[in-house]
Amino acid sequence: MGPIAINGLISANLNLVIAVFLGMGFGFVLEASGFSSARNIAGAFYGYNFVVVRVFFTAVIVTMVGLLYLSYFGWLNLSQIFILPTYLPSMITGSVIMGLGMIIGGFCPGTSFAAVAIGKIDALFFAIGLYIGIFIFAEVFPFLEKFYLSGYLGHVTLTDLTGIKAGWWAFGFTVIALVAFWVTASIEKKVRKKIKEYKF
Amino acid sequence: MGVVLLVTIFISGRELGISGAVRDSVVATANVISPVAAKESTYYGKFLKNGHHPMDNWLDYEVLGVILGGLLSGILFKRIRKPFVERGPNVSKGRRLTAAVIGGILFGFGTRLGRGCTSGAALSGASTFAFGGVLVMVILFASAFAFAYFFRKLWI
Repeated sequence: MGPIAINGLISANLNLVIAVFLGMGFGFVLEASGFSSARNIAGAFYGYNFVVVRVFFTAVIVTMVGLLYLSYFGWLNLSQIFILPTYLPSMITGSVIMGLGMIIGGFCPGTSFAAVAIGKIDALFFAIGLYIGIFIFAEVFPFLEKFYLSGYLGHVTLTDLTGIKAGWWAFGFTVIALVAFWVTASIEKKVRKKIKEYKF
Repeated sequence: MGVVLLVTIFISGRELGISGAVRDSVVATANVISPVAAKESTYYGKFLKNGHHPMDNWLDYEVLGVILGGLLSGILFKRIRKPFVERGPNVSKGRRLTAAVIGGILFGFGTRLGRGCTSGAALSGASTFAFGGVLVMVILFASAFAFAYFFRKLWI
């Protein structure tokens, strides 16, 4: 039955209207869980605030397990959902650059938009930067095209690559997340003792 | 957040992304400034082929929602304020804003190589068991952590 838009159960236009509401859900949870603050995000990398890490991993696990259940009940055809393609060299390079951008700018695209919505000027500047960065990429794209398309592995999942079933991956991520929650909570406790002026 | 992502996949078969919408707005701008050059460009051209407006895309409607949703949460939890700059205790306003733009430029550039940002590639990708998603998630966070020491003055 699902994904219902792909299987023609709703019209293309209705799908766009729903997109606005799904986006609203996403923006709401981002803002409500503290992603609209650059100091919360940067905090994860200095050990004083791991809330964004916990929310992020919880979301990954909930989705993984949820997808498996929906597929198990026959409600969702997993072969019809979008799987991100893998291009090894360019995606590794891109991720390193994004990590650098995140620690300097304090946001990622989604969080900056949620933060703009509540009046953060720093987020607005970050969003303007995003626009400039993508413009620069588009302009130099002819020189990067070969690199951009190199190392293509296809739309591969972890299961395609390793042969290990998705259920085990979901289980593995859950275990890692639980350990991470425990470790980050104890780091947070230690680091926060040293910081006085920041409100948690 | 997981539930929102799950519902999105169930309804549309696609995932939550953000940076693609910024790309669409860059493409749309290029198309307004110089339609001919944009169509001939190897990059912009890819998104102008199908004939409809470059911002008439599922992602762009979704991102409009993200801003509205953030606003709604800000109103509900009274976090909405007169525009202000949030910054670390040891950094001036000017430096914070300069860093925000530079960070944004780097992040924007990186999203195109990475095939998406923290939402579209890392969160959605990893959640759907895509190898590329896990790759971006791990390397993005590891990179931010590795560089954190050099930029500590911005935050602590």
